[in-house]
Amino acid sequence: MPRVSVEVDGVRYDDDVEPRLLLAHYLRDRLGKVGTPIGCDTSNCGACTVLMDGLSVKSCSVLAVQADGHEITTIEGLGDGRNLHPMQRAFHEEHALQCGYCTPGMIMASLDLLRENADPSDEEIRAGLEGNLCRCTGYQNIVRAVRRAANDMRQSDQAEEAHR
Amino acid sequence: MSEIAPEAVAEQVTPGTPDAKSEVGRARRRTEDARLITGRTTWTDNIQLPGLLHVAFLRSPISHARIGRIDAEAARARPGVIAVFTGADLADEQGSLPCAWPVTDDMVLPDHPPIAVDEVRYVGEPVAVVVARDRYAAVDALEAVDVDYEPLPAVVDMERAVEEGADLVHADKGTNKSYTWVFEAGEPDAAFRDAPVVIERRYVQQRLIPTAMEPRAVVCSAVGDEYTLWSATQIPHILRLMLATVTGIPEHRLRVVAPDVGGGFGSKLQVYGEEVVCLLLARRLGRPVKWTESRSEGNMAVHHGRDQIQRLSLAADRDGRIRGLKVDLLADMGAYLMLVTPGVPLLGAFMFNGIYKMDAYSFTCTGVFTNKTPTDAYRGAGRPEATFGIERLMDELANELGLDPIEVRRRNWIRHEEFPYDTISGLTYDSGNYEAATEKALRLFEYDKLRAEQADRRDRGDPVQLGIGVSTFTEMCGLAPSRVLGSLSYGAGGWEHASVRVLPSGKVEVVTGSSAHGQGHETAWAQIAADRLGVPFEDVRVLHGDTSVSPKGMDTYGSRSLAVGGVALFNACDKVIDKARRMAAHLLEADEGDIEFSGGSFAVKGVPGQARTLQEVALAAFAAHDLPEGFEPSLDSEATHDPENFSFPHGTHLCAAEVDTETGFVKLRSYVAVDDVGKVVNPLIVEGQVHGGLAQGIAQALYEEAVYDDDGNLTTTTMADYLVPSAADLPTFTTDRTETPATTNPLGVKGVGEAGTIASTPAVVNAIVDALRPYGVDDVPMPCTPERVWRALTEARRGAAPPGGSPEPGAGGGLGSAGGAA
Ligand code: FES
Ligand code: FES
Repeated sequence: MPRVSVEVDGVRYDDDVEPRLLLAHYLRDRLGKVGTPIGCDTSNCGACTVLMDGLSVKSCSVLAVQADGHEITTIEGLGDGRNLHPMQRAFHEEHALQCGYCTPGMIMASLDLLRENADPSDEEIRAGLEGNLCRCTGYQNIVRAVRRAANDMRQSDQAEEAHR
Repeated sequence: MSEIAPEAVAEQVTPGTPDAKSEVGRARRRTEDARLITGRTTWTDNIQLPGLLHVAFLRSPISHARIGRIDAEAARARPGVIAVFTGADLADEQGSLPCAWPVTDDMVLPDHPPIAVDEVRYVGEPVAVVVARDRYAAVDALEAVDVDYEPLPAVVDMERAVEEGADLVHADKGTNKSYTWVFEAGEPDAAFRDAPVVIERRYVQQRLIPTAMEPRAVVCSAVGDEYTLWSATQIPHILRLMLATVTGIPEHRLRVVAPDVGGGFGSKLQVYGEEVVCLLLARRLGRPVKWTESRSEGNMAVHHGRDQIQRLSLAADRDGRIRGLKVDLLADMGAYLMLVTPGVPLLGAFMFNGIYKMDAYSFTCTGVFTNKTPTDAYRGAGRPEATFGIERLMDELANELGLDPIEVRRRNWIRHEEFPYDTISGLTYDSGNYEAATEKALRLFEYDKLRAEQADRRDRGDPVQLGIGVSTFTEMCGLAPSRVLGSLSYGAGGWEHASVRVLPSGKVEVVTGSSAHGQGHETAWAQIAADRLGVPFEDVRVLHGDTSVSPKGMDTYGSRSLAVGGVALFNACDKVIDKARRMAAHLLEADEGDIEFSGGSFAVKGVPGQARTLQEVALAAFAAHDLPEGFEPSLDSEATHDPENFSFPHGTHLCAAEVDTETGFVKLRSYVAVDDVGKVVNPLIVEGQVHGGLAQGIAQALYEEAVYDDDGNLTTTTMADYLVPSAADLPTFTTDRTETPATTNPLGVKGVGEAGTIASTPAVVNAIVDALRPYGVDDVPMPCTPERVWRALTEARRGAAPPGGSPEPGAGGGLGSAGGAA
């Protein structure tokens, strides 16, 4: 069995894995990182989205062996332990979740969206989240949340700039 | 046009701003979010137990076949495989899955073994189960199970299935008809005789797949003869009773837990074979087991929704007044009757008349077996189908008479001063104000302006036409008064339970029988209790979803939680206060009748400064050193609430759709929803429910359909084929509210879980048809994909002139709804 070395949410793991093992199952079943759920088997829903070296990937369509040598961030690795990440806070404030099953993936995908476009319009947000399905919210509050997080994150970036 | 409802006094029903101290009415952010946004959730699939084994089901690839030999030896020999069982192996203990709603005395109710024994009747039906050390090993072993199928004719088409001599789904039953249920009020034949206007239509409610984002999952452990079953279910309490009934495991040895559940929409209001089998496996193997379905498996095996053929006739006078309505339904049951399969279309029997007055009504529904996945409740359950029928007909009537669709509704709806109103279908609508909701919606929508734009586009012969769709809906929530359920032969009552514990420190635990799976009860219930008891919101914790914690309940579906469970909580709080009042009187050495309770504290009337807080009283009751004569040392109380009536949310939804007449592409330009859901506990949660409901109703109109081929193969098994809309496929909604409190419960609440779904489907289709009227189009079958819109246009074009030319009346009767000829 191939051996992988993966850093997940700041912790390094060295493991022997079956070549066909999906990253999503590696995270959930081997590492107990069950914060990342699985919603489909055709890479359509986005529930399983995580960041690999800062870019969003659907962890159900990445093999664990492909994550070898990479850094993975899941929903569990956001925030600093005491404070929520602005994106998490925005989802809460804007009531952008109901059952919450899509939420980890939605939050991770939204982060990647803002990485590419720090100030997206509603339409850009909608287009950017096309690969993440939510059955509960009708998306409207998710769009609001991403816009709010974008504002908050830009402001704190500016504050940091000014601080330097 | 916005003058059309002069008698409505909108101000009367404008939702008030709650006073600053009141919790009810406040847009509290949800407490449950804390775990959901950080990934610290307990989905059933997250649960790990020592020695946990994994389960996979082998499912029939054929819609109808006799099962010959099953050879599982090779599968059993595979590494890591613990056991393989067929239906025959489990035949003695697996029982038959329950149907709790025998709608007629002679309803045909076939056996429904959790794993098929002799015959499979739909693609996806389980034929064997594998237990292995991990998920991969279990799935791998499925391939090694060899099953001989002798194909039988597939029954796919409902209309053919009810013909004489049709192939049969259940040969031993001699018919594909499960039941025919009839309701009649007034004199329908008289109403239709000599009616100046009769509109006849056939509408198809396509089959839908509920698609909660969390796939189903079950974990079951057996310790001695004690069983714990975790399931992604909406109904832990009903499931516990039903599992006990099916398996013979005594109810008190069985605990059912619904941990965090990722949406349901009716699909998890079920007693599934997989749940039964996991319980049997844990018992047989003495080890815990887990089963988690894949999405492609779920699309075949989670119950489906809708699937009706509606034949409707409406008789009216020339002025648009409705004389009578006749409804004749074929409802696809699928291959078996599951928990409430036969009853779902009948919920529509009470809703086809909508918000309208009429002299006569008849409703006939025939439940039909086909070789397809069983149907059952899906968001709205029977009511969206009915609302679609009547709201489509109202637009057709308007068109026929050359009236504006709002005007034709206004001439028929129950006026606000007529409540309470006994409808033709036998319900009593307690409250509502259709005028006010409509007035507000028209204003927000800028109705007149859009009609002007529509006329302009028509004049110009713009290839992109604008259509305006109206839906003035109502629905019945708060399922349900037990006596009504009894009269409909439902197997249980419709009460709900709550208990309130005041802990010695003054903190409060609320236990509810409602079982939330995304609705936000942990927040809303805490708001209700905090208000009623006068304690801080943060001091209330809400417990639910585990039969060992919340032993009594009827669970969450049918928009019933607040109207039934919320009221039970309200009543339990009152009982706490009654007990505490007696204790407080004792402590204050005053007469109980002189004690006043407000803001969480008991005071003696007319004696300022003399008061005890609820917390102080709770501590004194806990210490129990000094109690009133015969007082049990506890304030804890419980209440079981059985509603006296349903509640009737309503609203006016307006949809503007741009339809490209060259490509058939539909773009929703704006959508306004004004809903009256009675008093609101948390406006944020209400708005969220409306948004999500709209998305699902719009999805039925535009995107979703479970498709079967002629052999009964489901061709939409994956999310790539079954199109759940993404953010890019939906518009931004404008939502608002009017508020007429329900008069049948002390909270004045009505329920909101299904409103958006029920209202929106006809609003969207009405908009599309309205856009295409000048071309002679009077219907587009759902989902209104570009291809279907284009086909409808192409077919209709043969008989009608294009806009801009001299408009000849087309098949649907001309330009009636175009310019509000009224
Ligand atoms: S689980 Fe990965 S996209 Fe659906
Ligand atoms: S919140 Fe339930 S799927 Fe998005």
